[in-house]
Amino acid sequence: MDLRICHLYPDLLNLYGDRGNIIALMNRARWRGIDASVTDCRLGDALDGDAYDLYFIGGGEDRQQRLAANDLRARKGGVLKRAAEAGVVVLAVCGGYQLLGHYYRPADGDDLVGLGLLDLTTVHPGPSSRRLIGNIVIRSTLLGGATVVGFENHGGRTHLGPGAAPLGNVMRGFGNNGEDHTEGGVSRNVFGTYLHGPLLPKNPLFTDHLIRSALGRRYGQVTLPPLDDRIEAEAHASAVLRAAGE
Amino acid sequence: MPGRVARGIAPDVVRILAARLPSGTIVVTGTNGKTTTARLISHILRGAGFSSVHNRAGANLAAGIAAALLQHATFGGRIRGDIGIFEVDEATLPIVQPSLQPRAVVLTNLFRDQLDRYGEIDIVAGRWETALSNDAGAVVIFNADDPLVASVATRTTGRRVAFGIEDDSCSLGTLEHAADARYCYRCGVPYEYRAVYFGHMGVYRCPQCGTTRPSPAVAAHEVEARGLEGSAFTLMTPRGSARVKTQLPGAYNLHNVLAAATCCLEMGVALPPIVEGIGTFAPAFGRAERVRVNGHEAVLLLAKNPAGFNEVLRTVLRDTGQATVLIAINDLTADGRDISWLWDVDFEMLAGRIRRAIVTGIRAHDMDLRLKHAGVPDETRAVATDLAQAFDLAMKSTDGRRLYVLPTYTAMLQLRKILQQRGLVAGFWED
Ligand SMILES: [Zn+2]
Repeated sequence: MDLRICHLYPDLLNLYGDRGNIIALMNRARWRGIDASVTDCRLGDALDGDAYDLYFIGGGEDRQQRLAANDLRARKGGVLKRAAEAGVVVLAVCGGYQLLGHYYRPADGDDLVGLGLLDLTTVHPGPSSRRLIGNIVIRSTLLGGATVVGFENHGGRTHLGPGAAPLGNVMRGFGNNGEDHTEGGVSRNVFGTYLHGPLLPKNPLFTDHLIRSALGRRYGQVTLPPLDDRIEAEAHASAVLRAAGE
Repeated sequence: MPGRVARGIAPDVVRILAARLPSGTIVVTGTNGKTTTARLISHILRGAGFSSVHNRAGANLAAGIAAALLQHATFGGRIRGDIGIFEVDEATLPIVQPSLQPRAVVLTNLFRDQLDRYGEIDIVAGRWETALSNDAGAVVIFNADDPLVASVATRTTGRRVAFGIEDDSCSLGTLEHAADARYCYRCGVPYEYRAVYFGHMGVYRCPQCGTTRPSPAVAAHEVEARGLEGSAFTLMTPRGSARVKTQLPGAYNLHNVLAAATCCLEMGVALPPIVEGIGTFAPAFGRAERVRVNGHEAVLLLAKNPAGFNEVLRTVLRDTGQATVLIAINDLTADGRDISWLWDVDFEMLAGRIRRAIVTGIRAHDMDLRLKHAGVPDETRAVATDLAQAFDLAMKSTDGRRLYVLPTYTAMLQLRKILQQRGLVAGFWED
């Protein structure tokens, strides 16, 4: 078995330790004897639709996000859309998450048109509005009610349409918009979230869910042998406590 | 805080008091190295006969500057001192610039250090640009090797002097994961690098608009790195060259030394006292400071962002084959509350090359998980959430050899306090 990961715009959208997510996917596959490889796909590169089981896209600053949005639509959108429809896993964080929606309306400048892989829109309420920053804990029905921990830092407010389910409900922090207690968006195997950086290292249940779903398309039902997750559990628990103490 | 009160009483106090310094003021700003750079400038100038007013111990907000000036003010409103040296946060520069009207502004570097506090790096650069274009009176002393700093500096209207490293043997070869400002400030596309010194520092060029690194007027040639003992290099300046030795380790400190040398040259100091001052300058606390505990040595190496951390790790690995390290990670406001950056540090370089890693601090468990993923085996790692206990455990694990302590900013302050209570280090800012 092998897991083929494609990292979209690793040098452009890499703001918040997004590399941690790639490291976790690779290690948790390899620790189980599954070959894992990661291919970087950059600005201007064409995308081979059959070559990957999982796409990852991170977050970036406004200007980098705009460059990525244009390239995504012009060169990669069609392939990515067909892949998502075929059940390939897409994980998008922060800026990347916003680009999977219909559009992102920045504080100034034109709208960034997204790929529409997720039924959601994002609006930045203006330069004087506060950014939603801090430790966040959500409870995810997708993962049987398990908590997912991370850190969020975003100006844009995201609202889900009827076609997208939230990744979870906010227990601590802001989530999609700081109002409706939803966080993230999911549709088939497309996952978007504001939880950035070491999201996957600290949330092994979510990581394994992604690996299983990614392998499932080519290998059918896959059972992942359990790993020794004591260190992960400690880091997860301490992040929950940290968020609760704020 | 007296400074805050004074500013409340007379908003112009900083402007009025600063104007009474006969040799004017110098402002040092940037993400990394401003404390070291400001202290080194002060040290060199003292050797050259100046007496300086200097804000200290992280009091580098506007209120801290007012406090420093007030401390040196007489009842008659005179200031005891010739020259002011103020280190200010990246975001504070535009606020203090108009009242200080500095003679020189030193720009060390811009890293994505505390994004949750300051917003995005481009925004900070934009504010610098505005602040500096409104003031043509100050000479801008800037790091040519930092593309973001250089692109800001080259848009200012006054005089400017660039410093940088001119030695390709310092190059790491490839850009680190920690590199932040790797995109052209104009076009947004990634730069091409001929040499990478650390982080996004190096000799770069934009493939789209052709922006290149400015040629430094003051530069370090023929660099000889000596691990924790510091380094030696040939300092080339418009006023001649000299072989220089510094006790400050790592490539990042070369930039601090160059910044201070350039600034002092601009203040009219001759080359020999500058070379002398660099040689006699000892590291500030937490910046490669050495502590003796029961006859054994601990070295404190502040590690507050990915590029700095990588450089510290390389310094440790160069120093010894099987090091014992104590890593202390806090996530308080002064550290940056978001510790995602730990995943941009290349801890993978430690795998198989350290004897023991003890992790501590508020985010000890995050750090432990990071090391696990970096390939540092379970039997090499230990977690001790209490800082004092962690320090004792780490000292015991060294087998009499040197201990390397790698703390974030507030963890360093806490550790420093523990060592002070034990009588192992002197109080703060003893100079
Ligand atoms: Zn350019």
